[in-house]
Amino acid sequence: MLLKVSNLNCMRADKLILSRVSLSVVAGDCLILRGPNGAGKTTLLRYLAGLNGDQSNDNTAFSGHLDAIKATLTVYENLEFWAGIYGRNQWRDVMDHLSLTTLGDRAAGDLSAGQKRRLGLARMLLTNASVWLMDEPTVSLDAATSDIIVTAIKTHCANGGAAIISTHIDLNIPIARILNVTDFAAKPSDHTDPFLQGEF
Amino acid sequence: MKSLILRDLKLAFRSGGGFALTLAFFLIVVMLVPFGVGANLDLLSRIAPGILWIGALLSCLLSLDRIFQLDWEDGTLEALATSPIPLSGIATAKATAHWITTGLPITIAAIPLGYLLNLPTQSYPWLIASLALGTPALSFIGAFGAAITVGIKRGGLLLSLLVLPLYIPTLMLGAQVVSVGTQNPIQLLALVAAISLLSIALIPFACAIALRANLR
Repeated sequence: MLLKVSNLNCMRADKLILSRVSLSVVAGDCLILRGPNGAGKTTLLRYLAGLNGDQSNDNTAFSGHLDAIKATLTVYENLEFWAGIYGRNQWRDVMDHLSLTTLGDRAAGDLSAGQKRRLGLARMLLTNASVWLMDEPTVSLDAATSDIIVTAIKTHCANGGAAIISTHIDLNIPIARILNVTDFAAKPSDHTDPFLQGEF
Repeated sequence: MKSLILRDLKLAFRSGGGFALTLAFFLIVVMLVPFGVGANLDLLSRIAPGILWIGALLSCLLSLDRIFQLDWEDGTLEALATSPIPLSGIATAKATAHWITTGLPITIAAIPLGYLLNLPTQSYPWLIASLALGTPALSFIGAFGAAITVGIKRGGLLLSLLVLPLYIPTLMLGAQVVSVGTQNPIQLLALVAAISLLSIALIPFACAIALRANLR
């Protein structure tokens, strides 16, 4: 079991939006989060990453809407930095793997949207984390770049990792399980009022 | 943490990094004073310690909002928060990088500027010592203000309001060290160093709590 949560309540802006979420992923699992905009997919991912809520998960890596790239540093320097943060040194392999080597000396600010996403994905490959949490990883990408990202996700899962991905499109991952976050949508009766609960 | 400090230094020297801006601001602020006060050498040498310290404080303030804001905007802070490095370590690294790019050059630039303000010769060692020991407190206290205001657009003014009152003890003691340079100001200098040490020891944890709350 790589990640397991049970009865997780997710708040956004002090409002309960998902209640009693229970999910678990094992090695090789790929879980796709589905639901309309505002259903709480991002919030759930942030909870699982330990950005929201109290518990932090050491074996998760989170990739949000932003790629965590410094525009004034080169591709090479960006990856060198993240490799240092995660204590890894195989970032050259990662550059080859995502065909970023030819872009190495280019300032990251000059990259196209797809190339930036690939650089952002390279950071995920550098983490030691077994569970990837990805928020809309293929948004605004063409088919070829989407394929690179989907392939990286499949490889990660095949190597004993797992991924939890929120997306609106079909990523064409045969092993993927679908989780509809609307199943956990908080009902009005679930709303916690700290005053009624006697917390104050 | 080492890679974080190195990256922040690299960014500070790149275009839009703000390293030269801080130093240039310090030079201009301090150089404006003789123009305003007039060529009264006695008066200038008396107010020189205060001017140099206020100049240091204001130029430090100028670059504070960059400590966390830029990393917040491009998602780096989120990624760092989920990395193996604890948030307090991240705050320490970033405040240290801020000191290397502001406090350190300000300390060095204060020497020629002291000459410009007719600072008595015997005060120079104390000027360097007080700035070198006092500016780390400015960077760390400032990092705390930056951590609190990180998600606020145009939070610079609020940041100044939060941080400037907290700078008062360092400013008073630091300028006093230089003023009484002829007598033995070692106790005052020890107090300046104490504020810095206390800030370095405690503020990273406060920063971590503030960042955690702002990342929600």
